[in-house]
Amino acid sequence: MTSELARKRMTASAPRPDLGPLARRAALALGPVLAALVLGGLVLLVLGVNPIAYYVFVVERGLLSPTGIQATLTRMAPLLLIAASLIVAFRAGIWNLGGDGQFLLGAVVVAAAAPLLIQHLPSWAVLVVCMALGALVGAVWSVLPALLKAYQGVNEIITTLMMTFLGVSFANVLVKLAFRDPGTTVPQTRTLEVADRLPRLFETTISSGLVIGIVAILAVHVMMTRTAFGLKLRIVGANTRAAVHAGLSVPRLTVAVFAISASLAGLAGAVEILGVQGNVRADWNPAYSLTVVPLVFLARFNGPATIAFVFLFSVLSIGGESAARRMGVPNFFTLVIVGILLILLGLAEYLDQRRRAGGP
Amino acid sequence: MSALFTEAFLTALILGAVTAGIPLMLAGLGEQISEKAGVLNIGIEGMMLIGAYTGFLVAYFTGSIWLGFFSGSLGGMAVASLMALFCVRLGLSQIVIGIALTLGAEGLTALLHHFQFSQSYPRLEAVESLAIPGLSALPVIGPALFDRPPIIYLAIAAVAVTAWVFRSTNLGLALQAAGDKPAALDAAGVDVIAVRTGAVLTTGLLAGLGGAFMAEVGAGIFVPFMTNGAGFIGIVLAMLARGRPLWVLLGALLFGACLSATTALQVAGVDIPTDVIQMLPFAAVLAILVVFGRRASLPPALGSHYVRGAR
Repeated sequence: MTSELARKRMTASAPRPDLGPLARRAALALGPVLAALVLGGLVLLVLGVNPIAYYVFVVERGLLSPTGIQATLTRMAPLLLIAASLIVAFRAGIWNLGGDGQFLLGAVVVAAAAPLLIQHLPSWAVLVVCMALGALVGAVWSVLPALLKAYQGVNEIITTLMMTFLGVSFANVLVKLAFRDPGTTVPQTRTLEVADRLPRLFETTISSGLVIGIVAILAVHVMMTRTAFGLKLRIVGANTRAAVHAGLSVPRLTVAVFAISASLAGLAGAVEILGVQGNVRADWNPAYSLTVVPLVFLARFNGPATIAFVFLFSVLSIGGESAARRMGVPNFFTLVIVGILLILLGLAEYLDQRRRAGGP
Repeated sequence: MSALFTEAFLTALILGAVTAGIPLMLAGLGEQISEKAGVLNIGIEGMMLIGAYTGFLVAYFTGSIWLGFFSGSLGGMAVASLMALFCVRLGLSQIVIGIALTLGAEGLTALLHHFQFSQSYPRLEAVESLAIPGLSALPVIGPALFDRPPIIYLAIAAVAVTAWVFRSTNLGLALQAAGDKPAALDAAGVDVIAVRTGAVLTTGLLAGLGGAFMAEVGAGIFVPFMTNGAGFIGIVLAMLARGRPLWVLLGALLFGACLSATTALQVAGVDIPTDVIQMLPFAAVLAILVVFGRRASLPPALGSHYVRGAR
């Protein structure tokens, strides 16, 4: 807090010719991305992999090939919903890092429920009910961190992470013991038939989950920037004490933030099952949530900009999965890129503030 | 149920609690030092993983577990130095950098392990233990506590040393002030940045050693993502111990017992799915946070960057 103030005062006393705001923002966002790719390339070089060949392959498989781009666009759906979940939380100053647990449990419950419901309900109704169910399960998995944060002041980073570790194991318990498909030897839930899943867009293999994701992130963006409720949340995020003085019920808003954020993460799990997977295998955990964190930071919690970065990341991750099979570079490489990206992002922000403050 | 409390079961339980608890204890102790000085160290999981990997690698190629422990600590410190540079010197968000270091370390160790060993998981030789004459002959606690690798005795000594530093030295006072009221420390002529940098590096050393212990003593192998939340449990331990190192040790042994319950129950012939057992430590953490959450305490200046002269 103090450093923020200091910087603001320095900014006021030593103005400097500024780049255009748009150019500055673009440089701030793209600079770290390019630098992260270069540093990641160095890591590949050390491992004896030609980085240029790797990146070319990734772009070919994730962006340029017809199947690749369709997989990329399909992958965006859960990532966008998770990004929406994080934007609500981060703008309100709440570190919901439990997205993976909320996502996974939403997915498992939906995977268990959908094949059973389809025997009694029409397909569209199953999809609607299951999405609501996924969101509800996600929200339920955040109740404990929400209450602890709102009424006991317990740090939510720790509690949400603990709920994720707990949730990953619990999801496995559910898949192996409670919801296991008796018809197969591998431990997995029953499978929702392709015909009953979320419809595909036009003549492609792209899941309509993409539309849900885009709508969700734009809705969240409008809610946070254009509504009174969003303003309240942002006040809580900017300064809790000011929010209390303004008469806002901070504990209640905190619980509301957790509920919205976690249900979006749970919805992401539902959409991934209803649109792509159809079932949950034991030990399945894509762990999307933490990798989306740098993307929403890059976009500065701005909805439309997030869509662009999620697209970029999807290309990298779909192409990376191809590269894992063909070039022998495991997908862990994207984690390295994400880590580097987060650090460079902070660094770019620091350099920008110092430049605007009039240099050292 | 009577079979539960046999000598073999109790020995296995305490033995496992110590083996699983020591890395948690080292992480918690390290986190406590950082937090005391006002730095919330979320990157501790990454420090442990890098420590585990470098420790394993060096022990594997040199055959010396001590060189392994040494390099594991250095590896942890290397990650911590990034944290010190970005968070303590430049004042970047401790949470963002912490997440970044953890993710980066997860990816990097898994990647390096893949290129080094592909899908194989070579095993280290079992670490030799040092029996303490007399005590090691006791039933149950003898083999579980007093006939163990010497690094365990050293780790427990670290708790005593930290407690002494906190309570009786100027350094302990400086650490406390850096977290409670950094401006006062600055006014007293002590460099806040230096104190915090030292604290973060010590955290890295302890976390790296904890990771190396996990790989060399606990598992005997390195598996990607093997720390599996131990660093985060360490953070909880530090939060709940409220600045007292001894509590970290006790808490760590308790969680260690949860983690090792699988093996002990298998010895006793009780069959519980491993996924259920894996939930135990995290469920325990949450239960404790529900009960004692209000009493968990953190220093006032935790998480905020110190800028000289800023109000």
